[in-house]
Amino acid sequence: MMETFYIILITILKTALYFGVLMLHVAYATYAERKVIGHIQLRLGPMVVGPHGLLQPIADVIKLIFKEDIIPSNVDKKIFTIAPLISLTAALSTFAVIPVTDKWFIADINVGILYVLGILGVGTYGIIFAGWSSNSKYAFLGGLRSAAQMISYEVALAMSIVGVIIMAESFNLTEIVNRQAQYPLGMFLFPQIIGYFVFIVAMLAETNRVPFDLPEAETELVAGYFVEYSGIRFSLFYLAEYLAMFCMSALATICFWGGWTIPPFLLKIFPFLSIVPGVVWFLLKVYFHMFLFFWFRGTLPRYRYDQLMAIGWKVLIPLALFNIILTSLIKYYS
Amino acid sequence: MEPEILLRERYVAVLIVIIISLLIGLALFIISNFLRPKRPYREKLTPYECGIPSTGETWDRFNVKFYIVTIAFVIFDVETVFLYPWAIVYKKIGFYALLEMYIFLFLLIVGYFYALGKNIFNWRKD
Repeated sequence: MMETFYIILITILKTALYFGVLMLHVAYATYAERKVIGHIQLRLGPMVVGPHGLLQPIADVIKLIFKEDIIPSNVDKKIFTIAPLISLTAALSTFAVIPVTDKWFIADINVGILYVLGILGVGTYGIIFAGWSSNSKYAFLGGLRSAAQMISYEVALAMSIVGVIIMAESFNLTEIVNRQAQYPLGMFLFPQIIGYFVFIVAMLAETNRVPFDLPEAETELVAGYFVEYSGIRFSLFYLAEYLAMFCMSALATICFWGGWTIPPFLLKIFPFLSIVPGVVWFLLKVYFHMFLFFWFRGTLPRYRYDQLMAIGWKVLIPLALFNIILTSLIKYYS
Repeated sequence: MEPEILLRERYVAVLIVIIISLLIGLALFIISNFLRPKRPYREKLTPYECGIPSTGETWDRFNVKFYIVTIAFVIFDVETVFLYPWAIVYKKIGFYALLEMYIFLFLLIVGYFYALGKNIFNWRKD
């Protein structure tokens, strides 16, 4: 009994620390995004608040908390109120199983990948609820589009990971990282290059990012499913989107890039790199994927909706199926 | 394998994280509730439609394609869930499991081509 209590206390402390650091990363990811896109477009980005605009995220948080929370008169009030909470809870609780290093995680469960995919799927409910309950045409269309898009790409996303699972023979995220050590480059990236490609495209669509940001296509739907949201409720959606981006980046890092391990060929050329702690490698790889999100947003135009559906169903899913068949055959005969 | 008691506590940890995530959202609501202004008036509470008064129903009929895609999703997602445990154990079971999954995938691909022929994934009118 005493031991259970002790474990619960440790978990709460760990979660508080993990989430505290995570929130800081999310806040500065919004800043990084504005800076990166600014420089891509030959602007400076935020410069006014603090040196080089470094205090901008904090100013944003304060502003969002002090904003009026408008609930339009003819919304479905109960659903309208809980929708952002569902989105945020889903996005935040995925991090329960994501290990930062081999010793630093909150919970190391055997079905880590299934848990992450399942909880990410719950996030779709928040978006559907928001779009439906707002009783606004833009929100309704945005919610519908978003739901169809997210479920379409969820299939491709889940299938792209099957190749990794075949190679790692485990759902446990720590185990998946450990298994990658015996492969060239110390990652599944090369044997699973098709899977990685499918994962990256599906990851952009799952988080509603450019070039697949149809649900919030601002030129036609204003802001999509959160048109009617303001103040703190809007910021919960915003937070959930960035958390989902971090979660996807972390998943890509763990499944395809070898997590916190150092690529062996780098270690061979520069032996002194072994003193760099694992968490630095992990963050480097995660931020590479975050940079991909920003880079795509600064570079690519938006797809049309029929193109988006065609890519999901006619390209990604056959590719992922092909990858599964190929991987299982090679794995069986090796 | 690990003792069962440790395994159970790991899932308890996941539950704790879910509860804390919910509490963070609620806490943000409550903090903001004390700080934000509340000045509603009639025009502010109308649905946003780029400044024009809102006309017609919102919860109206919409394109049936959304519904059909959802059905296709259910089929493919259930199939993916089926693939997951197979991916771990098929090498231990042997050739039989490999062949069986290929037959399953073949049936699924036949269904996929049927859906393709029915233009389910084609969202253009022409």
